Amino acid sequence: MTYLRPDFRHPDAPTNDLGYTSKDYEGALSTLCAGCGHDSISAALIQACFEMSIEPHQVAKISGIGCSSKTPTYFLGNSHGFNSVHGRMPSVTTGANLANRDLKYVGVSGDGDSASIGLGQFAHVVRRNLNMLYIVENNGCYGLTKGQMSATTDIDSVNKSGMVNEHQPIDLVNLALELGATFVARSFSGDKEQLVPLMKAAMSHRGFAFIDVVSPCVTFNNNAGSKKSYDFVREHNEATSALDFVPMKDEITTTYEQGSSQEVTLHDGSVIHLTKAIKGFDPCDRRAAIKAIKDHNERGEILTGLLYVDTDPTDLHDMYGTSCKPLNSLKEDVLCPGNATLQSINESFR
Amino acid sequence: MDIKTNKKGANVDIKKKENVDFFHQVVDCQYACPAHTPVPEYIRLIAQGKYTEAYMINWQSNVFPGILGRTCDRPCEPACRRGRLDDSEEPVAICRLKRVAADNKDEISTLLPDIPKEKNGKRIALIGGGPASLTVARDLAPLGYDITLFDEQTKGGGMIRSQIPSFRLPDEVLDEEVNYVLDMGISTHFNKRVDSLKAVLDDDYDAVFIGTGAPKGRDLDLPGRTEGEANIHIGVEWLANVAFKHTDAIGKKVIVLGGGNTAMDCCRTALRLGGEQVTVTVRSPFATMKASPWEIEDAQHEGIPILDNHVPKEFIIKDGKLTAMRFEKVKAEFDDQGNRSLVPLDEPPVIIECDDVLIAVGQSNSFPWIERDIGIAFNKWDMPKVNRTTFATTLPNVFVGGDAAFGPENVITAVAHGHQAAISIDLHCQGQDIKQRPAPDVTLLSQKMGVHEWSYDSQVSNDDRNIVPLMELQEALKNLNNEVELGFDEKRAISEAARCLNCDMQTVFTEKKCIECDACVDVCPTKVLTMTSKEADEQILRNKLTVPAKNLEQPLYVSGDLATGRVMVKDEDLCLHCGLCAERCPTAAWDLQQFTYNEATACDNLAHKAD
Repeated sequence: MTYLRPDFRHPDAPTNDLGYTSKDYEGALSTLCAGCGHDSISAALIQACFEMSIEPHQVAKISGIGCSSKTPTYFLGNSHGFNSVHGRMPSVTTGANLANRDLKYVGVSGDGDSASIGLGQFAHVVRRNLNMLYIVENNGCYGLTKGQMSATTDIDSVNKSGMVNEHQPIDLVNLALELGATFVARSFSGDKEQLVPLMKAAMSHRGFAFIDVVSPCVTFNNNAGSKKSYDFVREHNEATSALDFVPMKDEITTTYEQGSSQEVTLHDGSVIHLTKAIKGFDPCDRRAAIKAIKDHNERGEILTGLLYVDTDPTDLHDMYGTSCKPLNSLKEDVLCPGNATLQSINESFR
Repeated sequence: MDIKTNKKGANVDIKKKENVDFFHQVVDCQYACPAHTPVPEYIRLIAQGKYTEAYMINWQSNVFPGILGRTCDRPCEPACRRGRLDDSEEPVAICRLKRVAADNKDEISTLLPDIPKEKNGKRIALIGGGPASLTVARDLAPLGYDITLFDEQTKGGGMIRSQIPSFRLPDEVLDEEVNYVLDMGISTHFNKRVDSLKAVLDDDYDAVFIGTGAPKGRDLDLPGRTEGEANIHIGVEWLANVAFKHTDAIGKKVIVLGGGNTAMDCCRTALRLGGEQVTVTVRSPFATMKASPWEIEDAQHEGIPILDNHVPKEFIIKDGKLTAMRFEKVKAEFDDQGNRSLVPLDEPPVIIECDDVLIAVGQSNSFPWIERDIGIAFNKWDMPKVNRTTFATTLPNVFVGGDAAFGPENVITAVAHGHQAAISIDLHCQGQDIKQRPAPDVTLLSQKMGVHEWSYDSQVSNDDRNIVPLMELQEALKNLNNEVELGFDEKRAISEAARCLNCDMQTVFTEKKCIECDACVDVCPTKVLTMTSKEADEQILRNKLTVPAKNLEQPLYVSGDLATGRVMVKDEDLCLHCGLCAERCPTAAWDLQQFTYNEATACDNLAHKAD
């Protein structure tokens, strides 16, 4: 049995601004089924973090339970990680984020973890606008327990044993929009050209950034009749627009055609450049986004791309006025300001 | 390469020449070897301790595994993919692994091909008893040819015997492998110099093979040459005299002129015959010396200084005796065309004292014994015109190979020539067209055994190239016959064998099975896979790969159309053959398949199989 990744990498592999190659962002070799969409999402995250020159130790990966939630082992092996309880990734991320706001939080969840057992947690983390990237690796089935239908299985979708789903699916994208999410996107694991810039934009967004990634389960939900198979998604995928993500530090050098393109500037100055595929689609219009998603859904199409972004949101730290510094960096004199300060606080409540 | 010619369809038709050529090229070592020895296959056998099988694969392909395992010019090693993996990575020590097989094999006499008692009625004469002639004999004797060999030396082996010192190649190893061939019932006439080709032809041989090498050492006509004659020697002649024990001593101060492998053998031999101050001088800069780097290294290891940019000008004679040499110091300059000239420096001449000088500045061919009126055409360098494929001359029954054909090369090239000449001689004697060359024997077979299981060890070793242990220097210099290199022990051999990337395990792609999930692209450690839109222009395609394919000597593997209209492109340059693409492929669109390529010889598959 030989299933080990060699240590050699391409000698001409590019390095980023930190002098790292993408190897420095890899994790352990995946033990998911060969061909799993989740592995492509891991690879997209590696690419996004590499290209954005993020220090690996400045990232925390937090997950729940399920195939999706196993994946943080397979990327960013030099980052912090917390594999938490089923459906409870948002709580753990909230706690971590409140303790240390300087890290980038990548929450990885699945359709079971977020739309079933964790639906309550999902709803509340959205409405709190916690500063994080929340990825749902959405394969429309419970892969880890042999492919039962999940809460996101599309209506009329046929599973591997021939059963037809009659329950209404939960569309996490619409739910997130309804609950006030400030960055909402949908993508497909088989389309890194779209997924990587979306991840970069999401990680640059200050607030709750949600990406629902359709990620075919190659073992249990890639059959004919499935609405989350590689073939079905490729045939029914319509993108709002093609994306370029330009980080704040870089100058925009590409020239874009007038009229069909739009630039969205995020709070940190980085720019999402959209070359529109759907005429008139405005990613800053929440209601229009909800309508477009529903319209496509009715036509049996999957609308992907950046669906909505609020470029100047108020995140949880803003709302609570929390410490600007990570709690672990606060010294005793700040944490325990003395009797006079205590008296003045007590006085303020009288 | 035209992309259309290397498309791999659903079922790779290995009968197609374009597919054979493509996969052959991927196995860098085997492709670079003039005899196309299946290197990865025998290295795997060595790793398994199957030395006899490993030896026999070599013996079938290159006839002299024990000799070549010590002395080969190893064109395979600079070609080795491992050497390209990163700056600090060195090729697999292929040559010295071959020696491991030879040193550790069991008795092989029962495995050698049977020689028919009843001959086929065709008589072949071999002129010269070196590697080319012996290869012809090895290939033809099992087919029943009656073979007669003529050589002016006392024993077979040609330049291997006369030029390669015994501290690099022990006599026992040489005798053993030469005798495997001669014992096939070859009639040998040693101490017999052929002075007339016409006389041989008059003896009604069905075919004559000329493998007389490039025996003439070039001289240097400088002032003092004649007066110093007694102490000025031509390197190749001197080495031969040492080999045949006519010479057993040299003066204390020795200058060796020349920067090739013969010069390296001369200086090291001189050190063992009494030389105390042995100096090598080279006209050109050190970096452009012709000797193999490892041979230069070995000479330096023995403390021999190599002075570059020294042009010899004069043998200084005092009282009728050679006492020193005068050199002019130069530097190399290049003109616009890249032509080099050695420009004298404005420095005083360099005088080096010496008792003896060995001239090793090149070798040439000489055919005074071939009559010019018997139908063999000669070219402008006064060499017989020889066909590069068939090794035929303009006389239909005379063939030439080895150094005699196109000038000095090396042993493995001579062997390759011998194989091809034997094929031609066989075809000629059977009344067939010698231009119709037999195709190589090729197979392509899946190596998948189960989940995470391949028939070969796909794990890529991180070990550095193993260094061959040497005999302690003082001990080594005591006796000309003390073999300096001790060879790999088992531990080093296994470590070195594991460094082989198994490049004959080919990644074969079936586009109809691909669901474009990206798993192979994502997992590939060296990022040599890309799924991309089609490009008619290969250069554009090369530039848009995940890591641009800059090594133009390595081909791109381009699939047919995928479902989305894209294509799968693989840059063969830095594939580790680790098999992860196939491991992570859900549909077995990628498979690892062993490509075997055995160059046709006149006596294919006649050796017995080891148990």
